Amino acid sequence: MDGFKHLVDTLSRPTILVTFTFLIFFFIFPPSDWFEKWHRRLKFDGLWSKKSLWIITAILVGFFVFGLGDSDFRSIMLKPDNVPITGLIFLLFFFTWIAMSQAYKNDALQEAGLPVDEQYDAPNDKVLVWPDLVYVELISIVLCSAFMLIWSIGLPAPLEEPANPSESPNPAKAPWYFLGLQEMLVYFDPWMAGVVLPSLIILGLMAIPYLDNNSEGSGYYSYKNRKLSISIFMFGWLILWNLLIVIGTALRGPNWNFFGPFEYWDSHKVEALTNVNLSEFIYVKWMSTGLPTSILFREIWGILIVLGYFLVLPPLLAKTKLKGMYERLGAARYSLFIVLILAALTLPIKMYLRWMFNLKYIIAIPEYFFNF
Amino acid sequence: MAEKKSLLKRLAEGQVWTSIFRGGGVPKSRRQRMMVVLNSVFLHLHPVRLPKHAVKLKYTWCMGGLSFFLFLILTISGILLMFYYRPTIEYAYTDIIDLTEQVPFGIMREIHRWGAHAMVITVWLHMFRVFMTGSYKPPREFNWAIGVVLLLLTLLLSFTGYLLPWDQLAIWAITVGSNMARATPFLGSEGPGAAMLAIGDINFVTVASDVRFALIGGRFLGEATLLRFYVLHCIGLPFVIMIFMAVHFWRIRKDGGISTPV
Ligand code: HEM
Repeated sequence: MDGFKHLVDTLSRPTILVTFTFLIFFFIFPPSDWFEKWHRRLKFDGLWSKKSLWIITAILVGFFVFGLGDSDFRSIMLKPDNVPITGLIFLLFFFTWIAMSQAYKNDALQEAGLPVDEQYDAPNDKVLVWPDLVYVELISIVLCSAFMLIWSIGLPAPLEEPANPSESPNPAKAPWYFLGLQEMLVYFDPWMAGVVLPSLIILGLMAIPYLDNNSEGSGYYSYKNRKLSISIFMFGWLILWNLLIVIGTALRGPNWNFFGPFEYWDSHKVEALTNVNLSEFIYVKWMSTGLPTSILFREIWGILIVLGYFLVLPPLLAKTKLKGMYERLGAARYSLFIVLILAALTLPIKMYLRWMFNLKYIIAIPEYFFNF
Repeated sequence: MAEKKSLLKRLAEGQVWTSIFRGGGVPKSRRQRMMVVLNSVFLHLHPVRLPKHAVKLKYTWCMGGLSFFLFLILTISGILLMFYYRPTIEYAYTDIIDLTEQVPFGIMREIHRWGAHAMVITVWLHMFRVFMTGSYKPPREFNWAIGVVLLLLTLLLSFTGYLLPWDQLAIWAITVGSNMARATPFLGSEGPGAAMLAIGDINFVTVASDVRFALIGGRFLGEATLLRFYVLHCIGLPFVIMIFMAVHFWRIRKDGGISTPV
């Protein structure tokens, strides 16, 4: 028992959990033919079969039931405002399964030269809203109301001590749907984690229809003919969005330190903070000259790296690896797309720089609140 | 002898019923069924007929519809909560206690709070569904963008509501959130570039004039913050989200109804 709990605690360390999901992700949601070949070889396509639905649901349920026997697990997951997260985990899996299994079914139909499931013969195959749709709506409404009533009777809304501005709880957490952003604060300063990246998420989401100029797969579930776009969306949505929220909610305790799901939230746990800026690496560690006094001179390397990343890398990729994409998208779409993707990738990049080298900032200009 | 009619049928053919629901009777014929939808201001948000896959749960998951339904539940339970709740530091917390303990059938707060969590989830799943069916592709690009605004507004509604109970959970969650505003580039007092917005020694962006100040109505979370969040939560944001929902629904129809394979 304890061995298993310990194993789960270890495996859920962000370094291991995130690395594992990164490694496995593109074999589950293949972005290209090469990945798809391996996807099939590794039998990941079996994930979207009925059998897997039951097995994985059973594993999830089993894990939660087992976990609830543990007081530390219970105290995190049963915190009233965290209960929806448990629901979210199940719903995410369920609906991903629904979407993917229908997509694979349609892919197979198309491969066999048959029309997809949603295909209909335009004016003839229509049904009447009354009663066909109103019925479904009525049943959904009744079920949803019943569900809300049961939930509301069963679980009282939380109310803590009256507000006291001089006594801050540890950890002070935002509501769960913002914990992905709060988790980003580990790797970024607030101006990035709280302002720039969220704005880019909104902008990027709005831009999706204008960036994805592949007209295939509109109006029905499919995977094969939209591999790349679905794979990218899934990565952003499942990993950068939802996994980060789960980490921020369930695995972050006092002082925003990491705690496994079965670990006691000990507020005295200290984690050595020995993070170093790039400029300190260069001038202090490698050149042993001490930091230059001029800010520009001190930060020039970081600035060059960031400029290179956002300004030199895109055209370089357009000429080499992403040539096909550049031609497909055209200059305007490509530029917006690649900048958004590179911005999103700064998060994993900074994660790994932190984990491997304790790197804090690539550019550190605290004098002007500009740390990146 | 006249044929015996059921009570329901007699009711459905009586003057009262037919005056409300034109066409009269239980809609049986195809024509009657079409007229029901056309004649009702609520039902005629729908088309009269639609592709057969569009009524299947496995296609839409009904998530857009449920988001809207939860919004209605939240509006109603929210109005009831407003009867009891006063947005001042003196009363807010005790009013919340009163309304759970003194008000008969006091689960309105639960309905409202869990409804809000549920709506965040249904809106996310709705977005996920729309993506997976490729329904953002032309001609629905703009409706997707409107949807993103709806997602943002849903989150903001949740966020502003979170402060209102004025307990530890509330103010510290909002503290974490609003502190980020301090770091807004150029507009926050601790944001990159803010120091550049100055003439000589006079700074324009200070703790008493930046976006955080505008958001919380002061340098610290307090009376003004509570009032601001209350007004935004109960009037400002619902007003805006209703406008965007109206456009969203209108556009679904104008874009040719629920998406189908082309
Ligand atoms: C308050 C939030 C929202 C409400 C109440 C809402 C409501 C609805 C409803 C009732 C539908 C009809 C079909 C269905 O139920 O799936 C729909 C369709 C649609 N929604 Fe939303 N929605 C919301 C948010 C969003 C978001 C966040 C997005 C995307 C980012 C979005 C994009 C769309 C699109 C593109 C359609 C057309 C889908 C199709 O034709 O298949 N909506 N919405």
